[in-house]
Amino acid sequence: MTSPFTRRRFLGTALAASSAVALAACSGGGGKSGGGASAAPKVTQAQIDEAMNKDTTLTLWTWVPDIQKEVDLFTKKYPKIKVKNVNVGAGAPHYTKMRAAIQSGQGAPDVAQVEFQYIPSFTLGGNLLDLSPYGADSIKSQYPEWVWSQVSKGEVVYAIPQDVGPMGLLYRDDLLKAAGVKPPKTWDEFATAAEKYRSANPKSYLSNLAPNDPGQFVAFLWQIGARPFSYDGTKNVKVDLASDQAKQVAKFWGDMVAKGVVSVDPDFTDAWYQGFSNGKYAAWPAAAWGPVFLQGTAKKTSGKWRATDLPQWDAAKPASGNWGGSTDAVLKSSKNPIAASQLALFINTDKESALKLATEQFLFPPSNTILNDPAFADQAAPFYGGQKVNAKFTDISATVTPDFQWLPFMDFVYSNYTDTLGKAMANKTDMVAGLQAWQDGVAKYAKDQGFNVA
Amino acid sequence: MATVTTTATTSGSRSAKSTPRKPLTVAKKRQYRAAYVLVLPFFVIFLAMIIVPLGYAGYLSFFRKQLVGGVSFAGFDNYARAVQDPAFLAGVGRMGLFLLVQVPVMLVLSLFFALALDSGMTRLAKFVRLGIFVPYAVPSVVATLMWGYLYGPDFGPFAQLANLVGLPPPPFLSPHVVLFSIANVVNWEFVGYNMIIIYAALRSIPSELYEAARVDGASEPRIAWSIKIPAVRPALILTIIFSVIGTFQLFNEPNLLRILAPNAINSSYTPNLYAYTLAFVNQDANYAAAIAFVLGIVIMALSYIVQLWNQRKESQS
Repeated sequence: MTSPFTRRRFLGTALAASSAVALAACSGGGGKSGGGASAAPKVTQAQIDEAMNKDTTLTLWTWVPDIQKEVDLFTKKYPKIKVKNVNVGAGAPHYTKMRAAIQSGQGAPDVAQVEFQYIPSFTLGGNLLDLSPYGADSIKSQYPEWVWSQVSKGEVVYAIPQDVGPMGLLYRDDLLKAAGVKPPKTWDEFATAAEKYRSANPKSYLSNLAPNDPGQFVAFLWQIGARPFSYDGTKNVKVDLASDQAKQVAKFWGDMVAKGVVSVDPDFTDAWYQGFSNGKYAAWPAAAWGPVFLQGTAKKTSGKWRATDLPQWDAAKPASGNWGGSTDAVLKSSKNPIAASQLALFINTDKESALKLATEQFLFPPSNTILNDPAFADQAAPFYGGQKVNAKFTDISATVTPDFQWLPFMDFVYSNYTDTLGKAMANKTDMVAGLQAWQDGVAKYAKDQGFNVA
Repeated sequence: MATVTTTATTSGSRSAKSTPRKPLTVAKKRQYRAAYVLVLPFFVIFLAMIIVPLGYAGYLSFFRKQLVGGVSFAGFDNYARAVQDPAFLAGVGRMGLFLLVQVPVMLVLSLFFALALDSGMTRLAKFVRLGIFVPYAVPSVVATLMWGYLYGPDFGPFAQLANLVGLPPPPFLSPHVVLFSIANVVNWEFVGYNMIIIYAALRSIPSELYEAARVDGASEPRIAWSIKIPAVRPALILTIIFSVIGTFQLFNEPNLLRILAPNAINSSYTPNLYAYTLAFVNQDANYAAAIAFVLGIVIMALSYIVQLWNQRKESQS
């Protein structure tokens, strides 16, 4: 739980445990339409220069460990700007505090970390500044299409990508060899391998499916081409969690769970960490931040792991999904929009700063510039037998399909997953029915909240 | 703080009765002023931290806020929704079951330990008393984390023992057992606390009663049954009421065990967990406030029933 990578846990709710329920919360401030308006007039270089030479204090809310390194680079370049770098909690507590500050109209930061799937929950209230007039319009070409489609709507840019999590497969080379199983290239092969591996190793599983982790499951949906969510920026949402493709994924995993050839342990728990150390799991469908995370979790298995592509549904058309990742966004309430936007841009696009994030803090970079930089791409990882794992995930990133959208209330969607589909996984009951229950729960919530649901 | 106020008010009313309609002397006036000054900090905090938030939550509960469409007055809609909400009712029902199973076990254990200590039979009485009471001093968050480790199906000591003798790990965290696992944690935490309350009541029984009973030839178990237990009834009633309140407000234990058993303990497992989820995940603070108020009413009603039942018993005997 203390790993810096717990920020990847989307359901951080439980961490807020001990505090009493402060029900005195938000009122007022109804849903304004936050749709993709036309881009505002561009801010000139002269205006930017003027703003950056004025004494200014910015507040940055982020939980990236050691982000002060990058902030220092920024303040070195712009000595007039002071940055208060605050960590208000990772995941759920961070968003709760952001919402409270926005609602109360005071204390909100200028720049805040926002994970991709939470961007719409802030555009809903019109809380994010369109960064395109501040120079964000010119960085589009640095990013793969799927990344840019996550942070923009038309010409409007809501946030600067910080890190991403394209999905691959990490596996134990030694365990698979001993069981006579080849690393699966397709999901069909994966199912066969899971059975074969299990019969060779009754104490171990080829893989685990986490019934508490909607992020992983949604990435599987992303890969197969399902588009379960969409939001037009006003009051129209689409909830399509029980599409044929989604059902195919649920049935695929459900069959393996029913046969008992994959385990269904909650992830990011102590028992799960141990499972990697002692060989309970021989493979992990993981995002690009997974390799470094695993390295810190299962030290004694160093050198035995390898990284490869996520198994495919159609080997001829390689595809992947994304699990996790973050951005930096500027709040509309910022009194210093120019300086704030420059901070968000600098941390994530200045070559030195972005490279530091990638090679020192091990955030998997979204931008092609960094992905292709030899300092990043050529890193050989001893934990993975000297494999160039970064380069592998760079290739995978190119296969992530674009246009995956989110709903403006992913907190509910993810929490409801654990009570519906996740419950079916854990209890080894019909996962397709669980998927339908999730669909129904989300659609009902959306209607109750006043959305038009398609 | 609470004791300060009660003593202040009771002594005040008593002196008012004994000196009816007589103008207050200067000394008395000064004494009153001092009392009010002393009580003031308590009232300020009480007002700011209890009454105002309570009023605000009550106010919130009459509105409805949607992510799209904003705030509108809802009258009693939230309350109507709460009393028909299967998730809420299931949580209340679950706590009812918990109450019926856990509280008797806990109080019987507390009573047993208190009697054992009081009888003087136990050697090392001080050590035992402290040992049973110590878990209460452990914060419930820490206690739950510790028990969570003990319950672990892979590396918990029970699982490892079972593994050693070739049995499957005990399913402490499975959907049907987890309520009892939580009950066990709560027992462990509160047996000592309730024991101390009962033990204190036992110590205040005049020893002449025992002497008289012994002269009449009563055995120690008979003394315990016929003298000690009836004499500590008020203390027992107090512990029952505390337990009713504590049970329906269960939050920390299930919320932390949820990390280990996310699918056995859902987001509406206890009424408080549900209110928390509603406010901070579903962003529906208004409905959460209504849930909290309905829960408060349930708790008040049950506490009242316990008291009524006690009064009837007392008037019968």
